[in-house]
Amino acid sequence: MVASSTSKSSLSVTLRVWRQAGPNQPGKFVDYAAKDLNPDMSFLEMLDVVNDDITTKGEEPIAFAHDCREGICGTCSCTINGKPHGPGRGIATCQLYMRSFHDGDLIVVEPFRARSFPVIKDLITDRSAFDKIMQAGGFITVRTGAAPDANSIPVPKHDADLAMDAAACIGCGACVAACRNASAMLFVSAKVSQLGLFPQGQPERDKRVLAMVSTMDAMGFGNCTNQYECSAACPKTISHDFIARMNRDYLKASFRSVFKPVSNSTGGGAA
Amino acid sequence: MAKLESKVPSGPLADKWRKHKADIKLVNPANKRKYDIIVVGAGLAGSSSAATLAELGYKVKSFVFHDSPRRAHSIAAQGGINAAKNYQNDGDSVYRLFYDTIKGGDYRSREANVHRLAEVSVNIIDQCAAQGVPFAREYGGLLANRSFGGAQVSRTFYARGQTGQQLLLGAYSALSRMVGAGAVELHTNSEMLDLVIVNGHAKGIIVRNLLTGAIERHAADAVILATGGYGNVYNLSTYARQSNATAIWRAYKRGACLANPCYTQIHPTCIPVSGDYQSKLTLMSESLRNDGRIWVPKKKEDRLKEPNAISEGDRDYYLERMYPAFGNLCPRDIASRAAKRVCDEGRGVGESGLGVYLDFSDAIRRLGENGVRERYGNLFDIYHEITAESAYQVPMRIYPAIHYTMGGLWVDYNLMSNVPGLFVLGEANFSDHGANRLGASALMQGLADGYFVIPYTIGDYLAGQKPGSRPSPDAPEFKAAEESILGVTKRLLSTKGREPVSHFHKRLGKLMWEHCGMARTASGLRQALKELPQLREEFWATVNVPGSGDTLNQSLEKAGRVADFIELGELLCLDALTREESCGGHFREEHQYPDGECKRDDENFGHVAAWEFQGEGKAPLLNKEPLNYETVKMSLRNYK
Ligand SMILES: Cc1cc2nc3c(=O)[nH]c(=O)nc-3n(C[C@H](O)[C@H](O)[C@H](O)COP(=O)(O)OP(=O)(O)OC[C@H]3O[C@@H](n4cnc5c(N)ncnc54)[C@H](O)[C@@H]3O)c2cc1C
Ligand code: FES
Repeated sequence: MVASSTSKSSLSVTLRVWRQAGPNQPGKFVDYAAKDLNPDMSFLEMLDVVNDDITTKGEEPIAFAHDCREGICGTCSCTINGKPHGPGRGIATCQLYMRSFHDGDLIVVEPFRARSFPVIKDLITDRSAFDKIMQAGGFITVRTGAAPDANSIPVPKHDADLAMDAAACIGCGACVAACRNASAMLFVSAKVSQLGLFPQGQPERDKRVLAMVSTMDAMGFGNCTNQYECSAACPKTISHDFIARMNRDYLKASFRSVFKPVSNSTGGGAA
Repeated sequence: MAKLESKVPSGPLADKWRKHKADIKLVNPANKRKYDIIVVGAGLAGSSSAATLAELGYKVKSFVFHDSPRRAHSIAAQGGINAAKNYQNDGDSVYRLFYDTIKGGDYRSREANVHRLAEVSVNIIDQCAAQGVPFAREYGGLLANRSFGGAQVSRTFYARGQTGQQLLLGAYSALSRMVGAGAVELHTNSEMLDLVIVNGHAKGIIVRNLLTGAIERHAADAVILATGGYGNVYNLSTYARQSNATAIWRAYKRGACLANPCYTQIHPTCIPVSGDYQSKLTLMSESLRNDGRIWVPKKKEDRLKEPNAISEGDRDYYLERMYPAFGNLCPRDIASRAAKRVCDEGRGVGESGLGVYLDFSDAIRRLGENGVRERYGNLFDIYHEITAESAYQVPMRIYPAIHYTMGGLWVDYNLMSNVPGLFVLGEANFSDHGANRLGASALMQGLADGYFVIPYTIGDYLAGQKPGSRPSPDAPEFKAAEESILGVTKRLLSTKGREPVSHFHKRLGKLMWEHCGMARTASGLRQALKELPQLREEFWATVNVPGSGDTLNQSLEKAGRVADFIELGELLCLDALTREESCGGHFREEHQYPDGECKRDDENFGHVAAWEFQGEGKAPLLNKEPLNYETVKMSLRNYK
């Protein structure tokens, strides 16, 4: 149980922050003192305060990624004391509050570390590889305006609920940063499972999984060796069961892609 | 003087859109690929339009300041999206949704636009379900609904408490598909800093690559802004921290009229402020008002008592008391002001006295804790993370906060601004919500604009532009715009004063909240209009923007945005001062009924106030578009 919100005793901590001026430049840890903090402030609000201090001294503040500050946009991405998104379970960096720390703590703050996520500056990394995977097949092809009435295709509640569990992914990349192989399997499997659970997603099911997995490999993400660090670090606690599900889909799709009869007609009734 | 032609088609309301679609000009399929369209923003409005226009064959360039289109602020919407499907068989219809929206907007929106919105709402749900958006479903596999404020039917579709996320990811997947197909050129980490106008038409933008600092010129045949709302003028709000008004503000300075900036929405159910370090206010979805009951103690002295120790008889369920027909589900502006009123009376709860209870104990008795968890579990979790309190055991404490802006760039029925070639979609435009937006209607509007309106209406403009006639980015207009941006950047970087940017943003926010927040007065607004220019001067004289312009520089990004917020704040206050009436989210204390309700003045203010920039240091010009109600009669909003 965390401390109560009414506890007003302030705390002071030392931050050890990764500073790196730009891509491919050497980085190093720098210590900053953060004093007299209100335990009700969020970790990022603490960084705001530290940054204002640094700025007032005429130095460049710590660059860190953030936006919604409520755990939904997937922008924030710090590794805190060795853990992507820090010590809490099922939260993003922006949902971490200073009441999780103790007076006098040393807090080590780094960017998400993974080969496919190069550092851009300080705590900010480039996660565009995720977008590339999505572009390869993370969709159901439906031309705007061509959809049938939404209730014409019932979806069992159980499937819809499970799809929602997978769809909760915020695309932050903590799964990759937590994995010793820097694998993106949790991210990819969540999307593959969400779309594969719907009747609407069936026509492209095989194509989707093959394309997304091959792009994932091409982007340099590693293999999954079933350590499940990904689910443990996931701010939405997305289950690694989806990885098993995707593996099954992938096998079936690979098999079918070899043996599936192919139509001779390619153009299809051009008139 | 700007020409404000609404271009509302003639004929009966229900036929206007159909007739318009049949009447407007089309671009033939082979010609579409000869047109480049710039879309700035990839929230619901931006992604849906970029994807759809690319499907149609146009060449689309999409720009976002985020590192991925999936991170747009739309992602944070929780509660749901309205549509007149009438799947619940509870008497809903296109007309009812239209009427509720007009009435909810306090008769300050354009009838024809709103009717069209209600018409296409049904297509949105079809489109999203086909994309694999995991909407909530009933056991039979059909879609589930909930109700939202300002409506007496259940027409809100939702995906747990993450509806915006799921709709955005649907639109993002459609956009990703077109990027993968090479039909959309995606520019992430790219912030639009200026609009380029050539021969009176919007023909391009200037952007800063946020990673390298490079200033780039991009030309096109038309420019679409879908850049979201300006609520962060108030600093503390439910908006994402990076949401900003730079795109619309710079377009305003290039001649696009900004309409009704004083129509800002305050959401009644947000987690109250806890300290000066605060960076954002977290919304607790309006859907909670379906099952939560709002109250404060009847007696001031009970204010700090344990809520569970206050007996039923000593509680004032003030919304149920004042608005028995709608109760806890009355519209946002009304619920917010009622909260302010009871807190002003000294009955507000929590240490600051700026809070009211949102209590689920009745719902837990009725549905069981698990039933409540199933509906609102993630919201209760968010509340717990932030406050370390369990709302299953003690009532939530909530207070109103800035949440949405109904005002925005003026657009006609085709969603084109008064600058030809410049289109504005989603929260960035002004058109559909009048003086107050109903819950679950912003998502509807963003997707309506992007999927179902602009794909038709942009053709009407482009058909008049010769293919290949777009100017080159080497044109002098581009050069001049680029130079002016470089000048601003240089100025910001060279001041090296003593105050960080956040200092000014906080001061601006306090000033705006105090003088132009939930309740406004002429004297308060005059005071704000005196202080804002001083704040602006101080900003330019003493701001400290460390670092350089040729790398990622978050201080520089913030500085540019806050500079624009300060100026926009001034226009907002001027609009609020000029509008001598109360309507929807704009409440002028001088204009109210004895029971505290808004007193509109339809005769003198039944118009859209569209402000036109006249040059630095000059007063902006007020243009008025009269609101002609052909079908509905403007009447007193009644939720009692
Ligand atoms: C917490 C919260 C909950 C909400 N819940 C609901 C709800 O339940 N139902 C509902 O209907 N509405 C809800 N709303 C309102 C709704 O979410 C928004 O109004 C809507 O999503 C806005 O969408 P948009 O596409 O217009 O803009 P946004 O989603 O704000 O997107 C703006 C885009 O523009 C880009 N951009 C902006 N400026 C620039 C620039 N200068 N250069 C380049 N790119 C730029 C950004 O990168 C982003 O991609 C909620 C709002 C909040 C804050
Ligand atoms: S800032 Fe959006 S998830 Fe953390």
